Amino acid sequence: MRYIDDTVVMKRMTKRITFNKIWKALFFLATTFALVTLAVLLYRIVTQGVDYLTIDFLTNFASRFADKAGIKAALVGSLWLMAVVAPVSIILGVGTAIYLEEYAKKNKLNDFIRLNISNLAGVPSIVFGLLGLTIFVRMMGLGKSVLAAGLTMSLLILPVIIVAAQEAIRAVPNEQREASYGMGATKWQTIVHVVLPAAIPGILTGSILALSRAIGETAPLVVIGIPVILQFLPNGLLSQFTALPMQIYDWAKRPQEEFQHVAAAGILVLMTVLLLMNSIAIFIRNKFQKRY
Amino acid sequence: MKKWKYLTMTAVMGSALMLGACGSDSAQNGNNAETNAPASSGQDAADEKLQGAVAGDGSSTVAPIIEAVVEEYAGTQPDVKVSVGVSGTGGGFEKFIAGETDFSNASRPVKDEEKAKLDEAGIAFTQLPIAYDGLSVVVNPENDWAKDLTVEQLKKIWVEDGKEKKWSDIDPSWPDEKIVYYSPGTDSGTYDYFDEVILDGADLAKSATLSEDDNMLVQGVAGDKNAIGFFGYAYYLENKDKLSVVKVNGVEPTNETIEAGEYSPLSRELYTYVKNSAMKDNAAAYDFVKFTLEHAGDMAEAVGYVSLPEEKYTEALKTLEGLK
Repeated sequence: MRYIDDTVVMKRMTKRITFNKIWKALFFLATTFALVTLAVLLYRIVTQGVDYLTIDFLTNFASRFADKAGIKAALVGSLWLMAVVAPVSIILGVGTAIYLEEYAKKNKLNDFIRLNISNLAGVPSIVFGLLGLTIFVRMMGLGKSVLAAGLTMSLLILPVIIVAAQEAIRAVPNEQREASYGMGATKWQTIVHVVLPAAIPGILTGSILALSRAIGETAPLVVIGIPVILQFLPNGLLSQFTALPMQIYDWAKRPQEEFQHVAAAGILVLMTVLLLMNSIAIFIRNKFQKRY
Repeated sequence: MKKWKYLTMTAVMGSALMLGACGSDSAQNGNNAETNAPASSGQDAADEKLQGAVAGDGSSTVAPIIEAVVEEYAGTQPDVKVSVGVSGTGGGFEKFIAGETDFSNASRPVKDEEKAKLDEAGIAFTQLPIAYDGLSVVVNPENDWAKDLTVEQLKKIWVEDGKEKKWSDIDPSWPDEKIVYYSPGTDSGTYDYFDEVILDGADLAKSATLSEDDNMLVQGVAGDKNAIGFFGYAYYLENKDKLSVVKVNGVEPTNETIEAGEYSPLSRELYTYVKNSAMKDNAAAYDFVKFTLEHAGDMAEAVGYVSLPEEKYTEALKTLEGLK
């Protein structure tokens, strides 16, 4: 006697298998959608911009002639911007994370701070631009300088760095800390010699990804009023400057079609910088990840 | 432990190197600017080398002219640091009022409320004309009905009257299709000028797509048979093959009709507003504005605008001299 009727089972199975296949196809489509968009975007930018991407493009200032236009001022300006943003945001961000994870007691005030840091991460970048314009540019009188823009950008990415650093610090096993205390180390010694070295890959990865967001961000710079037409390089923290996304936006708005191509070449430069930064992040992660 | 120290060291040295690289770059700056400078403006190279900083902001319509001037100026005075933002006429005036800029470019005259705020801030200023622009009204090339519009028709098309408009509402012989609008953004002087001259300050159709990027408007009109839009003459010139320009009161915008003032009321002067105190106290700012007025005509023609008659520049230079 047979307890299971094969045909009935198979009838049900086919239905379920098809159902499964349909969903699989849908999820696959969802994945390819993003990839195809990226591919089309890259193809368009590369075909448009590659002809203008020469050594001259990197060493010339902007020009009204498309074939003489260069990105030097914007590239160097963006590097200056990063030279301000990186130390300011990493020092403040990691400091906050250490305080919240290692020192802060679990009470209402600290919960409130934690909650607001997450909120801050969701504030639109243009709002940070307004903040920077009011406080750094006007109240503190820094003008449209590298320093003012750098501080604004630091505020923008600070929450991201704090959250990344918090998570990296939290991932350090508690036994390590206890072992350190057991050896007679103070809290400070434990943090410097045990927690931070173990957390550094996570912190650096998060920080570099946050910095690559800062280098491509335009809205705060537009609000601050960073100039786009200039023929000099910044020579100090209070110097005027322009940045890659501003220059690209300016070119993309030009009436002449050649400038759309120049803009594409600019995007290629920006993407190269971004990819470089991201690969450094991946390199650090892979190199230091498997420690425990 | 060692890795951690090694990493910190690399980070510190890396940033030091980066700063160092920036520093040496700026040292070469002067040389490069000189070698890059086109020779065309070399004749009147100033005898004395000036130093200083000049800051400006303002209209995106004026920006291509100013960019050309700044490029040429860097060839004659490489040590004067001119920086110009492109925040739109309104955005530029806002920074001018805040005292952040020495000059502000505008594609319309200063508004009364801006004047009041400038007075309040104690900023005395002077208006200097630098070129002509013919604000061009454009339609899709497939549009074979709206070839020549009167100012009244334009007003009827663009004014917001609470209901959706079709082409047939303007003229019964035109198609029964919805009008699609493309207009520059509200921060631009082009919007303000059109609003004032054509609509007498009334609201512009709410369904209009507004964009600060004029190329978006070009694409919008080029892609829709029932679209109408307006923007600076330079954008029309560059996209002649994709768009067809509308005659206003029977006159087509061309270099000649704009300069002669026949393309009325949509031909307009482009200005730069200078801060009087900056012209007096900052030799570099004075020199740059003087250079601008001397070369604005040629530069305007080079980037797709129309030069003012020579007298206007001479007159403006005289005004400027009075400020020194």
